[in-house]
Amino acid sequence: MDKYVLPKDNLSKFVSEMIGKYKVFAPVNDNNVTLFKQIKNPKEINLEFTNSKVPPKNLLFCQTETLFKFTPGTKGKIHPVDFDNGGRTVFGIRPCDAKSLAILDRVFKGDFEDPYYLTKRKNTILVGLSCTQPCLNCFCTSFNDSPASPEFVDILLTDIGDKYFVEVNSDKGKQLVKTMNKLFKSATEADGKKKKEVEKKAKDIITRFQKIDGITEKLDKIFENPFWETVANKCLGCGTCTYLCPTCHCFDIQDETTMTDGGRVRIWDTCMISEYTLQASGYNPRPARMNRVRNRVYHKYNYYPKNFEVIACVGCGRCIDSCPVNIDIIDVVTRAGEVKP
Amino acid sequence: MNNNPYQPWLATIDDIKEEVGGERAIKTFKLVFQDKNIQNNFTYLPGQCAMVSLLGKGECFFAISSSPTKKDYIEVSVMKLGKVTSALHECELGDVVGVRGPYGNYFDVKGWQGKNLVFIGGGIGQAPLRSLINYVVDNRRNYGKLDVIYGARSSKDLSYKQEFAELEKRKDVNVHLSVDVEEDGWKKFVGFVPTNLLRVKPSPKNTIAITCGPPIMIKFVIQNLEKLGFTEDQIFTTLEMRMKCGIGKCGRCNIGNLYVCKDGPVFSYKQLKSLQGER
Repeated sequence: MDKYVLPKDNLSKFVSEMIGKYKVFAPVNDNNVTLFKQIKNPKEINLEFTNSKVPPKNLLFCQTETLFKFTPGTKGKIHPVDFDNGGRTVFGIRPCDAKSLAILDRVFKGDFEDPYYLTKRKNTILVGLSCTQPCLNCFCTSFNDSPASPEFVDILLTDIGDKYFVEVNSDKGKQLVKTMNKLFKSATEADGKKKKEVEKKAKDIITRFQKIDGITEKLDKIFENPFWETVANKCLGCGTCTYLCPTCHCFDIQDETTMTDGGRVRIWDTCMISEYTLQASGYNPRPARMNRVRNRVYHKYNYYPKNFEVIACVGCGRCIDSCPVNIDIIDVVTRAGEVKP
Repeated sequence: MNNNPYQPWLATIDDIKEEVGGERAIKTFKLVFQDKNIQNNFTYLPGQCAMVSLLGKGECFFAISSSPTKKDYIEVSVMKLGKVTSALHECELGDVVGVRGPYGNYFDVKGWQGKNLVFIGGGIGQAPLRSLINYVVDNRRNYGKLDVIYGARSSKDLSYKQEFAELEKRKDVNVHLSVDVEEDGWKKFVGFVPTNLLRVKPSPKNTIAITCGPPIMIKFVIQNLEKLGFTEDQIFTTLEMRMKCGIGKCGRCNIGNLYVCKDGPVFSYKQLKSLQGER
């Protein structure tokens, strides 16, 4: 892995050069909430953020996306949409959210490749930013991940004082640095050591821990356990946990029309509402909140590992931060591990 | 061909057969792709499904009810229940729908060659079985004894009446129709489908049983098949769920870690027993 340093004075130039070449998305302050948005000027970036309220998965798997347009009716016609083939950069993505994209890739690839997600994914460079101030409910270390891991980004910046330590992790990253090599300097051993210190300090800030050893196998044994009723009792079914989850990928498809135009639209959906599985006959395989809460946990900790050999949680803590009734996935999974089958 | 799995091909409604009238009406739509190449390349096997849509109304996942031995069209049989299926029932000849697929797995028509087959259907559940039955009948020499057990609430609710009349004329297919309650003029079996199965009493020897219908019917059919000596790997069913994408991405049709759209809809009873999850 190539290593450089980027003097802080050069950061704005680095971002400006990217803005000249790509659509650049970065954390910005929007009504006191940090969100990833397209920026036109490096000054818009909020570097003091912990993590964004909404994960940046929405830049690739859009909250709402038109799959194609059509002339509605029984004599209708289909009008394909053009794919946005332009280069994109996500600046400031956290290592956990970058991992979530590697998790989502498994769903959107496969036998039927999803061109909407994959076109954007292919054209996106991830410029990660290590966490130096993990949040109260961060637990990426429970998955043996690090708040300063370059594993899932193209290049990773880590704030080591007056400069950023830069780790280049892919050809895309190499290419990016190469085109702006005047801004970067080679890293010294001391810089590398400093990065390790920063990483250790960040890891030490993380106090929450989820016990996941053997959880997939354990869940196989406690599907019918009354434990799930106790977990679901206080759930309001609002779906916030799923909308803000960087690995949730469920969606709805709806036709939206006027008299003369229409579009088939994909919209984020949530497995926490009963309509999600309600069949036209009136039958519902997941009629109760318990079924839905249990499905959410199983999807991430049992079904996903069975299908893709990875737990579909990155430990970002957003579902805990935003749950209106304090349902805590760390606590739920840890307790599930302790339930007697 | 396009590489976009969400974008359907257009097909024209070439024929509409009214199978069942009334509140839960069933119609069979014969669909011909507008693009001849698509029609020729749309190859499927019995049990597979397609997403059919009306532009502006939405999409639904249907079992393809025609047999792949018929090359010039596909058919889907649709019960009028929700928004899309109600709109489909309003359609006329020459109207245009979107079709994408084929999706899902299929009945093991190759592996079952040389075996006796028992088909046990109820109501609209006959749709995927119809594809299989017609395929087997069109390749009659490859299969052993054939028993078709099918029932509905009343004679008015029986689908594919004409086709059953044709099948009944054949000496090499045994058809056993039933209605749930007695009615004037009905001379065949009266009672539920699982009971008719016990009466027909197919031998499990070298036999595969395939069932589809309402969940409660499937449950008792399986119980009775076991009573008759069928083992769990001799029993197959095909399932349905609410679906949006049909390609294992939108998330909602899972039973445990499997998606009915992609890993199903055909499951052996053995598989289903080992699968933990809501269904």
